[in-house]
Amino acid sequence: MEDRSIDREWKKGSAELLLLSLLEALPRHGYEISKLIEQRSQGALRFHVASLYPMLYRLEKRGWIQGRWVEKSGQRRRRYYRLTSQGRKVLASQREGWQTFVAAIGRITGVENA
Amino acid sequence: MPDWKEQIRKQLAGLKLAPTREAEIVEELAQHAEDRCRELEASGAAEAEARRITIEEIGGHELLAKELEAVERTDAPEPVVFGARSKARFLTGLGQDLRYGFRTLRKSPGFTAIAMLALALGIGANTAIFSVVNGVLLRPLAYPDPNRLLNIWETTAEFSQASVAYPNYLDWRRANHSFTDMGTYRGDDFNFTGSGEPEQVAGEYVSASLLPVLGVTPFLGRGFLPEEDRQGAPCAVMLAYGFWNQRFAADPNILGKSLTLNAVNCTVAGVLPRDFRFSSARVYMPIEQMNSVELRTRESHPGLRVLGRLKPGVTMAAAQTEMASICTALSHQYPASNAGRGVSVVRMKDDMVGYIRPTLLLLVGAVGFVLIIACANVANLLLARSAARGREFAIRAALGADRRRVVRQLLTESVLLALGGATIGLPIARWGTSLVLAAAPGNLPRSQEIGIDPYVLLFTLAVSTLTGVLFGLAPAFHGANANPQDSLKEGARGAGGGRHRAESVFVAVEVGLAVILLVGAGLMIQSIWRLWRVNPGFNTRNVLTTEVALSPQVMGSPAGIRLAYQQLLGRVAAIPGVQSAALTALLPLGESDSEIPFWPGTGPQPPQDRLKLAVSYLVSADYPRVMQIPVRRGRFFTERDNLNSPQVAVIDEVFARHIFPDRDPVGQQIGLMVLGPVRIVGVVGHVKQWGLDSDDTSKVRDQIYIPFLQIPDRFMTEGVAGVPIVLRTIPEPLSLVNAVRTQIAGPARDQPIYSVRTMEQIISGSLAERRFTMLLLIIFAATALLLAAVGIYGVMSYAVTRRTHELGIRAALGASRREIVGLVVRQGMKVAGVGMATGLVAALALTRLMADLLYGVRPADPATLATVTLLLGGVALLACYIPARRATAVDPVVALRCE
Repeated sequence: MEDRSIDREWKKGSAELLLLSLLEALPRHGYEISKLIEQRSQGALRFHVASLYPMLYRLEKRGWIQGRWVEKSGQRRRRYYRLTSQGRKVLASQREGWQTFVAAIGRITGVENA
Repeated sequence: MPDWKEQIRKQLAGLKLAPTREAEIVEELAQHAEDRCRELEASGAAEAEARRITIEEIGGHELLAKELEAVERTDAPEPVVFGARSKARFLTGLGQDLRYGFRTLRKSPGFTAIAMLALALGIGANTAIFSVVNGVLLRPLAYPDPNRLLNIWETTAEFSQASVAYPNYLDWRRANHSFTDMGTYRGDDFNFTGSGEPEQVAGEYVSASLLPVLGVTPFLGRGFLPEEDRQGAPCAVMLAYGFWNQRFAADPNILGKSLTLNAVNCTVAGVLPRDFRFSSARVYMPIEQMNSVELRTRESHPGLRVLGRLKPGVTMAAAQTEMASICTALSHQYPASNAGRGVSVVRMKDDMVGYIRPTLLLLVGAVGFVLIIACANVANLLLARSAARGREFAIRAALGADRRRVVRQLLTESVLLALGGATIGLPIARWGTSLVLAAAPGNLPRSQEIGIDPYVLLFTLAVSTLTGVLFGLAPAFHGANANPQDSLKEGARGAGGGRHRAESVFVAVEVGLAVILLVGAGLMIQSIWRLWRVNPGFNTRNVLTTEVALSPQVMGSPAGIRLAYQQLLGRVAAIPGVQSAALTALLPLGESDSEIPFWPGTGPQPPQDRLKLAVSYLVSADYPRVMQIPVRRGRFFTERDNLNSPQVAVIDEVFARHIFPDRDPVGQQIGLMVLGPVRIVGVVGHVKQWGLDSDDTSKVRDQIYIPFLQIPDRFMTEGVAGVPIVLRTIPEPLSLVNAVRTQIAGPARDQPIYSVRTMEQIISGSLAERRFTMLLLIIFAATALLLAAVGIYGVMSYAVTRRTHELGIRAALGASRREIVGLVVRQGMKVAGVGMATGLVAALALTRLMADLLYGVRPADPATLATVTLLLGGVALLACYIPARRATAVDPVVALRCE
């Protein structure tokens, strides 16, 4: 049980980093985010509705991202998420932490950091 | 295509989300599902397969619900548990109340605007008056430890505050142990010969000790040294900051430079700080520079004032006791001058502002009434609204909200209203303050210190919060007490009788307070009106007065001064439009006074305490002609009454009755201090020297006229620098000012004129304080009348609407229009009548407080009370009649159908 929960937190942490990174450049809607993750990971990572949206809502509640309904002509309205300035700060620090972490793992395991 | 929304809603069912939140999530997720399903189909999956995969992804094993629950649950609104008193809950609740309050007020902009405007008027007016009171009465004087600064006066049988003889001041200063030091000062005008035309500048003679006593250090340079404050010392001078700025362009090297004052070269020793508000003088000179016999004689009291700083630990009473014993010793030592003279110490601030305190407090009371009336009006508006909101409260109560919560919500709303009113009220207050200052008597003490400071803002905040609670309380409790069943049952008609009672009470209070204010204003109007009609003893119309500074060239010799004045009067009298011209050392009803001690008969001068005092006028021969003061007996003096003829004097009728009740005063002899024996040659009418109102009650009323040409040489050079000239003109007096200026300036153009005023302006100035009070009371009373009328009108209009049904039935049963109007008007007038009666009783009690401000009218003046009753009654009648008229327009059929 304990193991699983660590695993979960761990995943959750890196997933948050993924979502924030994807929203860095421009606002996107949920489906777009899930497609991008799938494409860029070449199918290795997949976020389904059940995990993606609760995570978005959580990030929104923390004030890191903000969702807004946007209606573009000829389309149904969609909820677009954009990074808040607070989210931008969190992203920067998470990214740094991640790099440090990866580098440390690399040094220990002997896998060269790209 | 399946209904994805339905699918997702099923998943979320167990979460019990707020409906709007649920709808949002459903929409977003359904879209995602739809996109996903399409994508799967596009990539070749069969429709059924694509659907299965999508459903799996959405919520296999209830994953979605679990994940969402973790996120959304913390977001759910906290259940409101009443009676729980944690601070956090209170703050959350307050936030809710505020948000809700804002929304409610925004929803009814008309109500909000009217209520805020009424409150803004009340709060603004109160803030304006408070900022005056704060600046004048409350703020301590701007000197270190100002409570230890005391004014020290001489006292006599006639005056509780008489100016001090310089030798007495010197003895006081030497002998006392109560004060760290004393200083003395006396205002005077100086003839300043700068680079351009000569001009008269306001100045002040001060002892070297005055600045240290005040605790003021100069902005530049230094104060006067003791050796500069000695007879015969070279003249030193200090400049006021403004004078240094304007006349010397703030020259930083001004120290040590020299300027010419009264034809004497004076060296600048220092510049006073910018905020030095001790006097309005522009230049200061050591008192010993006042080259005057009067300064050296113990008999003379040339307007010196004395200021002392109490030693730490010494009480005012102890200082008074010590000073009194010093005075007793002096009167034994110098009985001729000091017998009967006492001393009085008064806190400097009390002396400055004490006389205006009753006026300002009266205004505070009056403006407070205006605020209460505004509150009552808003309370009525809120009551009417709370009836309309009865269902809202009933539903809240039915859902379990307790009374406290509802009261709090309503109070939050009213405090919000009041704070909104305060926000609008502040600009009104600033504007009102400048209006008050513009209308204030010119001599309102400390008027430069009036402004909006943190204390004023704090006051406004406190007043508005208090106001909010005050006017919100009754409606709030009424709202909270609403019985859910009644309110929900009652249908279209308003709530029950409690509210109507409260409404009536509020209207009665408004009317009552309006009565008080109207009576106050009415009494002030009557006083001013009566004062204007008081005969001052001379003809005030078409008289121009101006002060003159003689050329420094003539100031050297007494004969030169006499000649200069005679020539000057001749030139002025020759101006076309000038009927006659005279000089006088004392203007009636002016700011100054001058008394001379005298004794009847031909004997030698008795001791000081047996001398009598008379107001003395040093005038030229044409004075009664200019002022049109009637000569009752004998003659006035002429140009031939000069140094070569026997000394003569003219007395007024009060003097004649007082000293010679059984004899003809003409031909009698009296003794005058300093001048010696004089023969009375005539009697003239009495002039109201001490003011139109207070002359009758003043202690020194005897008046004596002394010929200017008989003033002995040794007194000629002093005190004539700025003697007023009075002219009787045919055209409007001020139209001749330029001609007068040219003629007085003389061939060398070195005799400036200043303080040019008409006699009517002087009279008007003497009434300034009363007029100020009257003006503000009129404004307050008018506001009160308007608000009360609006209040009555509002309540009656509402009552008529409420009674539409009843009035319809009455009309259907045959009631005439007259009867219906009468019915409605009677209801309104009953309330107004109760208010008026209560108000009249209260006015009788309260206006007694303003008895000192009244003239010729008693506080319980029946005419004023009757006028106010009629005025307010008329306004109330009108305010009832208009809604009553509307009531008759009710069509019975329509009225009955609206059930």
